[in-house]
Amino acid sequence: MTIKKLLLGATAAMAVATGAMAQDDKTKVGFIYVGPIGDLGWSYQHDQGRLAVEEAFGDQVETVYVESVPEGPDAERVLTQMALQGADMIFTTSFGFMEATMNVAQKFPDVKFEHATGYQRADNVSTYSARFYEGRAVQGLIAGEMTESNIIGYIGSYPIPEVIRGINAAYIQAKKVNPEVEFRIVWAYTWFDPAKEAEAAKALIDAGADVILQHTDSTAPQAAAQEAGDVITFGQASDMLDYAPKPRVSSIIDNWNQYYVDRVGAVIDGTWESTDTWAGIDSGMVEIGEITEAVPAEVREAALELKDAIAAGEVHPFTGPLNKQDGSEWLAEGETADDGTLLGLNFYVEGIEGDIPQ
Amino acid sequence: MSNIDPVLLLSALIVVSTPILLAAIGELVVERAGVLNLGVEGMMITGAVCGFVVATASGSPWLGFAGAALGAAALSMVFGVLTQVFLSNQVATGLALTLFGLGLSALLGQGYIGVKGPSVPDLYLPLLRDIPVLGPVLFRHDIIVYLALGIVAGVAWFLNRSRAGRVLRAVGENHDAAHALGYKVVRVRLMAIAFGGACAGLGGAYLSLVRVPQWTEGMTAGAGWIALAIVVFASWRPGRLVLGAWLFGGTTALQLALQASGGVQIPIEYLQMAPYLATILVLVILRTGRAPGSLGRSFHASS
Repeated sequence: MTIKKLLLGATAAMAVATGAMAQDDKTKVGFIYVGPIGDLGWSYQHDQGRLAVEEAFGDQVETVYVESVPEGPDAERVLTQMALQGADMIFTTSFGFMEATMNVAQKFPDVKFEHATGYQRADNVSTYSARFYEGRAVQGLIAGEMTESNIIGYIGSYPIPEVIRGINAAYIQAKKVNPEVEFRIVWAYTWFDPAKEAEAAKALIDAGADVILQHTDSTAPQAAAQEAGDVITFGQASDMLDYAPKPRVSSIIDNWNQYYVDRVGAVIDGTWESTDTWAGIDSGMVEIGEITEAVPAEVREAALELKDAIAAGEVHPFTGPLNKQDGSEWLAEGETADDGTLLGLNFYVEGIEGDIPQ
Repeated sequence: MSNIDPVLLLSALIVVSTPILLAAIGELVVERAGVLNLGVEGMMITGAVCGFVVATASGSPWLGFAGAALGAAALSMVFGVLTQVFLSNQVATGLALTLFGLGLSALLGQGYIGVKGPSVPDLYLPLLRDIPVLGPVLFRHDIIVYLALGIVAGVAWFLNRSRAGRVLRAVGENHDAAHALGYKVVRVRLMAIAFGGACAGLGGAYLSLVRVPQWTEGMTAGAGWIALAIVVFASWRPGRLVLGAWLFGGTTALQLALQASGGVQIPIEYLQMAPYLATILVLVILRTGRAPGSLGRSFHASS
């Protein structure tokens, strides 16, 4: 009985598999998101990329996606299922999917994987990320100019290099335009939890912050700032225009559209190779959302100037002289940080208070 | 530490503890009637989504709160009918209710993720709000905060001073004796369960309409379980319930304030554990009470 059932199951599975192969002329592209598409932040932007792929290739592609996938064993299960259902290519769009991506990629060598913000690659695993820190530098400048209490609140998600880079980049610019500035950092230990993010924002506002930067994905901190009144915020990952012109005075927008279209195109042409992409403002992957009229004209000018200089390669957000938090020298006068150090960045620059949780 | 403002901290404490307090006071009545409903989390999240959907559709947060209470009470009646009429196991049914509530709320909330809800104004209390220290701590909140405390006071009065409250306690202590005296055990329990559901629903809606204010799947994030624990550790007494909820809310607010104040030397992992540890510790030390005699037992008139 059991054997019979097993056999039946196996036949059914094979039927499905052959069915999938039969319609292999269509390239099937899968996406997994860490939050809901409706976060209007990180996952929303990745889904915009998926829609761009559909628009660019029309009938040549079929896309599938799964949202709100927890980082961990669940991700591996979802990926395996996608691969079994005949996906030719899968975008895994959160740092925490790294292990799951590598494990599943090993089992399915013919499926191409694209892992966002990770650092492990294989023959069929590419990584891609954006230089969000370039955008953070622009935010830092606006934040430093705009703050009156000189306290800037920062909601961190997890203490990983990407987040620490953002904190440092923002702090360096803020300090440059306003030597009195002080950063207060709350770690929320989540990418997306509106209740926690709102509470963190409120705690920072209660502590005197009048500018809130966030590295979490929901609009809850924006709502908290709006309620508190005289507090400004920045859209994270997505434009978050619902909260413009105030509290949201600008934003970092992740624009994955072009990259996704290029990579899917490469799979269709058969030219796909494992690569490591880290693109910034110049490529359009990092966009600075409109700076609203709540920001004085001269500050807006300065911010846009910085943005253009970064895009042109004239300014690097991490340029010496810079010391580490403990006072030891990191970058000498005029020296810029190399990508290797930035990718593994695990310390604050001098002037930021508090410890990075280990 | 020096730059934490105690007034703001106390004010945050009251807001943070309100949803837990609401859910816990409802569960306290349910347990005093002899029923163990482990579905608090499920009812809370259902209340959160019902409240948000009704509030955005009607534009009125007050209708939202009413909808939340009704929706969660309706869900609690599923539990009520199963356990009181069909005599199913209360523990299993309660757990199932939580799972069902989480799934149902995710379904109902489709299309509401990321939507902005209507805002709930703070209650404007002239004079009172201007009292130094006490004003900002106690008198500058929204009406639900006061409603929650009012419900707690009402429940305390009801259980200890009213005839109906004594009947409810009799049913919870010994349902056979209560039955022999002619009280309608099942009816009393069903009413208690519906009240518990409505309170949990209000607590959930407080999250989705006031605290966040947005709808997200799973946004109660365990608040219902905390409420359940607080009921037990508060020895089923309304006064201690407030203490437990404030303690939990206070340590939650404190750990964020500590992080935000900068320069804290305590590892954040410990700070994040603190609310749970402190609540359990203090309430264990205080614990003297005894569970209602018939708690969790099924009742049938024939037995």
